[in-house]
Order: sequence, then structure tokens, then C-alpha cells
Amino acid sequence: MAVAVQQNAPQVTGLTRQSATAMIDEKALIMSGFGINSEMETKEVLTRAGMDADIVHINDLIAGRKRLSEYRMLIFPGGFSYGDDTGAGNAYANRVRNNLWDDLLEFLDGDNLVLGICNGFQILANLGLVPAFDKHFKRDIALMPNQSGRLECRFVSLKPAADNLWTKGIERLYCPVAHGEGNLSCSKETLLRLKRQKMIAFTYCQEDLTPAYGKYPWNPNGSVEDIAGITSVDGKVLGLMPHPERAIEFVNLYDWPLRKEMMRRKGVSVPTESMNMQLFRNAVGYFR
Amino acid sequence: MESCVHRIEVHYSTDPRLKMRTSRIRSLGFQIDELHLIDVYTIATSTRDFSKTELEDIGTQLVNPVVQKFLADIPTKIPFDYAIEVGFLPGVTDNVGATARQTIEDFFSLKFIEGEAVYTSQLFLVCGTLSPAELQKLGATLANPLVNRLLIRTRAEYGDKGMDPVVPVVHLDELPTAETVNLDIEDTELARIGKEGIVDSSTGQRRGPLALDLAQMQVIRNYFESQGRMPTDIEIESLAQTWSEHCKHTIFASAMDDDVPNGLYKTFIQAATNKIRAEKGDKDICLTVFTDNSGAIIFDDTYLVTHKVETHNSPSALDPFGGALTGIVGVNRDTIGFGLGAKPCINFYGYCVGDPDYDPALFRGKNKSMPILSPRQILDGVVRGVGVGGNCSGIPTPQGWCWFDNRYAGKPLVFAGTVGVMPREHSGRKLYEKEAAPGDLIVVAGGRVGKDGIHGATFSSEALDPKSPVTAVQIGDPITQKKLSDVIVKEARDLDLYRSITDNGAGGISCSVAEMAKECNGCHVYLDKVPLKYHGMAPWEIWISESQERMTLAVPKEKLDAFMSLMQSREVEATVIGKFTDSGKCVVEWHGNVVMDIGLDFLHDGVPKKHLATTYTQKTYPEPESSCPDRLDATMLSMLQRKNICSKEFISIQYDHTVQGGHVLGPVQGIGRVQAEATLTKVVPNSKKGVGLSQGLFPTYSEIDPYLMAGAAIDTAIRGLIAIGVPLDTIAILDNFCWCSSDEPERLGQLKLAALGCYDYAVAFGTPFISGKDSMYNDFSGFDADDNPVKVSVPPTLLISSIGIHPDVTKSVSMDAKIKGDLVYVIGETAEELGGSEYFALLGGIGNTVPKLDAALLKTRYGGLTDALSYELVASAFPVSHGGLGIALAKVAIAGQLGMDITIPSNMRPDYYLFSESLGRFVVTVAPDHKRAFERICGADAHLLGRVGGKDLRITSGKILLDLPVADLTNAYKAPFRGY
Repeated sequence: MAVAVQQNAPQVTGLTRQSATAMIDEKALIMSGFGINSEMETKEVLTRAGMDADIVHINDLIAGRKRLSEYRMLIFPGGFSYGDDTGAGNAYANRVRNNLWDDLLEFLDGDNLVLGICNGFQILANLGLVPAFDKHFKRDIALMPNQSGRLECRFVSLKPAADNLWTKGIERLYCPVAHGEGNLSCSKETLLRLKRQKMIAFTYCQEDLTPAYGKYPWNPNGSVEDIAGITSVDGKVLGLMPHPERAIEFVNLYDWPLRKEMMRRKGVSVPTESMNMQLFRNAVGYFR
Repeated sequence: MESCVHRIEVHYSTDPRLKMRTSRIRSLGFQIDELHLIDVYTIATSTRDFSKTELEDIGTQLVNPVVQKFLADIPTKIPFDYAIEVGFLPGVTDNVGATARQTIEDFFSLKFIEGEAVYTSQLFLVCGTLSPAELQKLGATLANPLVNRLLIRTRAEYGDKGMDPVVPVVHLDELPTAETVNLDIEDTELARIGKEGIVDSSTGQRRGPLALDLAQMQVIRNYFESQGRMPTDIEIESLAQTWSEHCKHTIFASAMDDDVPNGLYKTFIQAATNKIRAEKGDKDICLTVFTDNSGAIIFDDTYLVTHKVETHNSPSALDPFGGALTGIVGVNRDTIGFGLGAKPCINFYGYCVGDPDYDPALFRGKNKSMPILSPRQILDGVVRGVGVGGNCSGIPTPQGWCWFDNRYAGKPLVFAGTVGVMPREHSGRKLYEKEAAPGDLIVVAGGRVGKDGIHGATFSSEALDPKSPVTAVQIGDPITQKKLSDVIVKEARDLDLYRSITDNGAGGISCSVAEMAKECNGCHVYLDKVPLKYHGMAPWEIWISESQERMTLAVPKEKLDAFMSLMQSREVEATVIGKFTDSGKCVVEWHGNVVMDIGLDFLHDGVPKKHLATTYTQKTYPEPESSCPDRLDATMLSMLQRKNICSKEFISIQYDHTVQGGHVLGPVQGIGRVQAEATLTKVVPNSKKGVGLSQGLFPTYSEIDPYLMAGAAIDTAIRGLIAIGVPLDTIAILDNFCWCSSDEPERLGQLKLAALGCYDYAVAFGTPFISGKDSMYNDFSGFDADDNPVKVSVPPTLLISSIGIHPDVTKSVSMDAKIKGDLVYVIGETAEELGGSEYFALLGGIGNTVPKLDAALLKTRYGGLTDALSYELVASAFPVSHGGLGIALAKVAIAGQLGMDITIPSNMRPDYYLFSESLGRFVVTVAPDHKRAFERICGADAHLLGRVGGKDLRITSGKILLDLPVADLTNAYKAPFRGY
């Protein structure tokens, strides 16, 4: 029985900063098309963090109707691009590589950020944008089918495993996974390099921040070393399996009704935002 | 055709899927030692070949080299005993193959021509010793003969050559023309055409059921006599589609007995809504009811929400995965096809199936031929189908349920629903209204047309028997539909590029075009323009095919270029197939010849009215004979393990219920993870409001009292929403009648009573029906193992689904007990009402006393709880439903992982008190500080039962009745489906 011991968990209540955030001038490009499906909520969360974003269909980039060079952040959001056929993220990555590779390399050369969430992470992995050791964009990791053999949708706890621009000020993220292929696998050498170069950004953990030790359901997919997300060597590209953008309000959290009741009894005011906003504030903050 | 065939076999170095797949196969009774899975791509081209190096490139594109390896034109060589390959039959949608084809096209900058394709299959390499019979049986669990091809080889047969490359290409050689059909024949033969179909002149075989009765066939004969000509096959097929029970709901539309001259629908469903809307006046929440593809209610000043629940029963009986998948993506199109296109934002499901531990051993043919699928196979398939549909489309699926009864073993019921959201207006245009104009072009967008789904509408109007056509089966392609949906609801709609839109569901374009033609009074279709999956289809097949993922639109001439170039840029195929007119006729041409020319009024209103007679006999069942056990611990654990009560969380967690970012109250709640009765989802960012969904279903009450059965379903659907804080006056409901043997007066008598119950209780609660659907022949006719004829009919089943608007989601409550020391109340009265209950079923009986309902009293009670919730006086609330108060208390305790100390009154048999299913009740927990305020609002309805605390659920009535650790309750609740 997988009952989490929530009562003993630390009071990670998220943020109190709720004042209107000033918008920055830089813009983000959110990819869409062919079964990507989380573009709208991703745009919403970026706006709340202070960055305007355009949702751009990949065909509009390929046809030159939109240009990547006009943006400072590129986001591959969650979804089921091509229905996960031929491996999750693989077909969309092929489409990017076969049509947009030069534009992408130019973008990576600039002082820009790339974020891939869930299906977006699977696309980044198949493009070799993470880990991209020595700027070699080859596939070094795989996001394999979950050990449970099917899609798994549940809330998980994450803790930062490195100090980088994305993890600043984050103690714990608490957000859903919803994927069938998030089981990170790589060679021993790759794993060693990921650790040595501090490229493991987030790991799955228990509610009290102790490691998941590979145990289900805290580690929901069997990922090696509980890895939930990794960055590129320079830290500017982040791939993350769970979905912080789906739980940015307090009422989006799985356990909010219990938390709310506990806070009210203690006379603590109930927040409106969740701790997951910090990840996006960090990303936008990079340009401030 | 294809001259160059190559085969690429992909395998993992260490396959993460094997552990689960192996244990699953073992759990079905096959003693296998080891299993390997190989994904196979068969590339078939005719205009160019691929060199060895090019095949290496293709292989690299299809794998992740970190964990996968591939072999091009070389068979996989690892130790195994048997090779089982499962591929698709010709013409079955192969989504992975289509994606692989696109990847290859992209990589080499080429286009496959017609007839060239990539086909996928899966190769299972099995180690172990299996008898030939076991091997065949294993193959049968891996492949469905209606959609899959199966090839089994021993290691010796596999040899060095491996499996043969198989190219499942469609070969058709029938003459693609329209034929005239002579109806000037004896009535017996006329009736036979209606029942079994038109005789195909080339094969001499019947084409499949038209589901037209003799009276209808005679009206058709008379119409064409008056036109002075013989009808064509396409005209008769078209009338059969449009007049089908599935499309015209003839049973609900027919006069019944002497007291329902206008039919059940107008008298009981539509009239209820009309009366409620009139009574609510300014507070009417309805925007569009019954007329469009979904029903719509007001969300706030800016937005509306839609809801629609469909059934896909017959296809799911034959191919559970494909049937359920097309069911859910089909109802998604009812959202996209609402008004000018609403965005699907929540999916909903419901399954009525046989007990998965039961093997009915029934056959569609004699001599044990065509065995029906087992309840376990059906459950697995439909669960997966709805999951793939919702997950791939990016639509959350929080709300649903599963009900088990072996009377569903012959024909399962698969309910699929979708909620949509849409601004009420855009640039001054009301988005929930639409009207095609004469001169508008008829455009079909989305997937191509094949033979799949032919006779789907007429087939679902018939009971399932050996002659069920296999072409009724279809596999959906959610990504093709996702592309279509995105471009419509996220782009084209707000660019004002079309005037009307509807989906292609039952009857395909024959129904969608003819339906839209009503808006302008005519249409003219050039059928040869319709894009096809393969050549050789006859005009009547193209016209009625139910190939998936298609919408029909009315595009004004001046907008056509903009519309078509937008579609092209999103890689959505769109084709002009004709124009809307004001001729009053539906005219269809095929290569310059008119093959159909029927007046729209005859097409839509020519169906002869029936007058149905009903009878009703009150049945009585023996009351179970038992005395109350001294202690109820064992009873409680048995009740929690009943399949209709226990956790089916394995379904909830494989359905993405968080996409779109609106998750507030999900399908499982509390740290103990219990399945809730209602869920709450935000569908408009930056609004405090949310959409609540719930449902009620009591098939076990139907044979006892259909009127009260309907009342129980309506009350339960409403009460689920009240418990999370949705006010009664924002709630609308939907009806889905799934009946059986609807040609029998007794069954119609039950139907009439249920419909009357719908009217009375909907009006009493003030909750309007906004949409509904019925499926009248859910019967299976076949044979047992000894060739005895067997008929299995579903119990009369009414699903009431509810939708309501929560004014402030931060004030909603979940079901779990939260804090030690909180007070536990039951709101509402408990009577000895156990007829058709889960407890009587446990005791092996049925009984007669189903719960009664006083809606006026409940309205006041529900208003009180809504007030208490809005003042935030309640820590948790949960409706009492199947299994009664005892089960509700246990679930609240399990969800909170907290014990309770409960004292129940002693004026009733304690087991009856705990497991009676009296309606109108809730279990709530309240902080001690709020006791006085809560009791002041809920008054005499609230009965204090005890407190939250400790590790046990203890129930006392004079003496201790039950004392069980919450851990034991949890185990019992989760045991039955562990491992699914």
C-alpha cells in the first residue's frame, strides 16, 4: 500500500509573492503541432512569471513564417507528439532535426534558454540537446517505457539535485507526472558525467525530501538514480519529465484540501500560488 | 503494386516492458519462461527502393540507439521456442506505420505515392513449452481476429529466414457504381432487405443490415413509386442511416399507449427542460439544449460549457480497444462540432461489463465458433481505448466509473463523454449558433474514407448476433484528430472562416451533410471528390462510411482560399465535396451521374410514425433470509471488496487527469487515495469558477422499480456535485438510456416508467436535461458450448450524468477525513431500503424496497449544505451511495487514513442501517469550532455520529459492532484490482 505519510512532511507551503509581476521585453516561443498539447497552460504560466510567449506551430517555423531568432526562450511543452509512435518524442525530434537544425544550433549559440517538459524532454533527449556533452548533440540518454508498462498520472515530489539557474530558491516541487515513457536510462559513463558535471537538476523524492531510492510510487517510472530532469553542460537547456506548469495554483495541488484545513486550524493564511511557480520565475528571472 | 519490401526489426537491449508483459501473460495461465518483444516495420514501395545504407538511416530514425537496436532485412536471432507475430489486417488504421512513413518522407525529402506505406507489427518471441492448443490460445489473447492478423511459428519453422514480410494492402475489385434496387417485390422479400440488407449483384451476398422494418420499407417503396423510378442502393442506404434508431431515436419519438401521444422524448425529457427553463426565468442556465451536437450551459458572463455523453456499445463488444477509442474521440468531435467549435476540456467515461473473473463461454456461432470476448478482455480493451484517446488528445479524464454485472457479459456498455468550453461571443458573433447558407461550399476536413465503420449506425440499432458485420469495427487515429481539432478551435473558428460545422459520426457524410442541409434547405454533393484511403469503394459505401476524424464544414466562397491554405499549413487534409443549396433536395453525383435525388423533407421527416404499446408487471423478489451477525467486521471487509465498491484506481492513474492545468479535485482523493464520486476542474484560467462532474447509475433497481431507479440516478448525480460545493441552481443533467429487447412491451413499459421518473425528479430538483442519447437493443443472441441458443440482455440501464458550476473552487471540499478530533455527521435520514442494494447482493438476494425520494425536502437540505460549504464550515463531504452509510464512513476514513469512533442509533437492524442505500445522504466532517454554526445551518438534517481519531474505524450501537484498523479497511478496498 502506497500511502504517503503527509502529516509528517515539512511545511513546504510555496510562495507568498503574489504581487503583479513586471513583464520583461524578451519573448518565449512555445512549440505546437502534431499532438503537442500543453502549449496553452505553458503560455499561461510564463505570462504569470512575467514573460510573453507566442505559441508557434512547427510548420510556421519550417515555412519561415516565424523565426526562432526573435525569441530568447524556446519551450517544447508536454503532449503526445505523433502519438508517441516510434518512441515518445522521436518523430517530432526527427521533424525538427530534418527541417530546423541550423536555426536551432544558432539559437543554442546565443545566450538563450531551452525548456522541455515531459514530451518536450523526450524531444530534447532525442535531439541530443541534453546532455550534449562537449556540444556534441547526440543521443546519450533514453526515456524508456515506464516500469509499470503504462502511462502513470499522479503527483510526485521533486527536489533539486544541483544549484543552477532553474533550481534557485526551490526546496521542493510537487506536481503531476503524466507519461508512459519517462524511465531515464543511460550508460554508466554518461551517468557518471551527469553527476560529476552537476547536470542532474531534479530527482524524485519522498514527501519529506528523503530520496525515492527507486521505489514506486515516489519514483513513478523506474528512472535511474531517481532522475526527473537534467540540464545541458552549461545549464541553459533543461529537460524535465514532471509537469510543474500544471500545478501553479495552490488548488491544483493533490493535497491542497488537507493543507488548507491544517493551515486554517493554525491560523496560517492559505496561499493562492503553489511552490511550482518558482521554477518559471527563475527562468524568466534569468533575463531580468 | 508494391515491388520493394523491407523489414526492420527493433528490440531493446534491456526491455523495460518485459517484466509487466511477462507477468501478465503468466497471470492468464500460460507457463512461459521468457518473453522478448520485437517491434517490426515493413516498408513497401513501388516507385523507389532503399539501399542498405538508406535502410540503416531509416532504422536509426526509428530507434533510440542508447537503448534500442535494429536489424534491417535480417531476422532477430535470440533463443526462443515460438514466434508469434501480430499485425493489422488490410485497411485497419496503423498509426505507428503512418508516423514512420512521415519520418522517412521527411528524411529523404520524398513522398510515398498511393499504395506505398509502412506497416507495423509486433513479434513476440516466447521461451517455454506450450502445447499447440495453448499456443493458439496465447495467440488469441494477443490478437483480435477482427482487426489483427496472426502468424505463429516454431523455432524450426522460423529457421534462418525469420517471419515473412507481410504487406496488408487492400485489394478491392468490386464494380464501383450505384445500382438500382427493385422494391416492387413481395412484402416478405421487402422485409428481408430491411433486415439483412440489399443483395450485392456481384457477390450475391447481403450487404449488411439496414435495420428498416417492413412499414419503413413500404414507405420507401411508395415514395419512389410516386417519383416514377426505382431507387438506387445509395438512396436506400442513406435513408436507412438517417432513419436508424441510432440517429432518429424512433422509440423515444414514437407515440406510446394512449397517454403519451407525442412520444417519450417530447413528453418527458424535452418537456421537463422546457418547464424548468420557464420556471427559472432570468436564472435559466441553458443556452443550447438537444438541438446541437452537445448541450450547453452558461459558465459565466463570457464563457459557456458544453457536455455530451455517447455510448459505443456494439463496436466495443467486438473490438473493445478500437470501439472505446473511437467512442471517446467521437464524442470529442461532438464538442468540436458544437456551435462553431468548442474546445474539448474534460473527458468522462463509464463502463458496464461482466465480472472480469467470470468466463461466460458464449459463442456468436454454432459449434463453438466465434467466441465472445471475456469480460476481462473487454475491460482491458475499453480501459486502454479511452485512455489512449484522451491522453493522446491532451484532454484530461478525471471523472468516470465502472460497474460490474454478468448481464453485461454479452454486450458491454461503454459511455464516453466530453465537456467543452467556448467563449459565448467572438467579434460580435454568437459562437453557439451556426447556419450554412445556400452557395456555401461543403468541405470535409480530417481523415480519409475507407470501408471502416460501414453500417455502424444501423448495426448499433440491432441486437448483436452472428451476422454482425466486421466492418463495423474501426481504430481511431487521435493525432489526426488532434491536428484537426487544434486548427478548428484554436485558429479557424476565431478567424471566422466558416459558417457551420458538424462532426461525422454515425452515418458518416450521409448524415452530417444532410443534417447541415436543413440549415439552408438543400445540398449537392460530388461524391467522387471525397478523398479515399484506397480505390474500389462503391458510392454507397463512401456516402455512409464512418471512417473517423472527419468534420464537415460550410465555407463561404470568399473564405475558401484562406480556409484551405490554413488547413494545408497544419497538414490537415480538406476537400470541397459539393455545395449547400436551397433546392429542398439532397442530390448526390458520382462521376457526372446523379445517383441520389431525395427531397429533404422525406429524408428527414418521412419515417413512418409508430405507435408502441407497453405493458408493465410489477415483479416481486424474495427478501433475503438472514439475521444480523453479532459483529460486522467480516461483513464490512466483504462489502469493501465487492467489485462495485472497491477501488478501480488502476483506471484513474492511467488516464491523464491533469493536462490543461485545471486539476482541483481529482479522481482519487486523500492520502489514502480513494476514488471520489465527483471531480472539479478549472477550465478557464484566471476564473475562480470550476466545472464539477458526477453521475448516478442504479441498474440493480431497474427490475424492481424503474421509476424510482430513475429518481435514484438523478438524486445521486446531483448529490455528488452538492457534496463538493456546486450549488443546485447551476446543475444540468444528461440522460443515457441503454435498454434491451425494446421490441417487447414489458421492456417498453419499464422504459416509460423510467422516463416518467426522469421528468418528475428533474422538474422537482429544477435540473434541466441538456443532452441525451439512447441505445435500445443491448442484447446478445448466440449459443452456449452445447449449441443451445442463449440470449443475454443487459439490465435496463439509465446513466444520469451531471455538470455544474462551482462559484469558487478554493471553497470546494474533498472527501477525506482530515483532522483528528473532527466531528462526523450523517446528513439525511436512513430508512430500511435495501432492495437491489449491494448488501442484499452480498447476501445472495434482490429484495423489493428500493429507496424512495422526496425531492422537495432534499432541495432544502442541499441548500443548507451548500451554505455551510460556502461559509467554509465543512472539512470533508462525501455522498452516501452504493453500499450505504457504512461504506461511505469507511471510504472517508480510508481516504484520510484516520480512524473514527461512531455510534449509530439502535432502532433498526444494525447491518440494515449501515448498508441501506437510502438517498439524499452525506457523510461530513466538521471542525469542533464550527459545530454550532454548522448545526444552525443544517438543522435537524445533521446527525452527529462521532469523531475522527485513532487508527480504527469503530462502530457501536449499544455494543461494539465493528472495530477494524484503517489499514485493514484499506487493504480490503484495494485488493480486488491489485495487479491490474
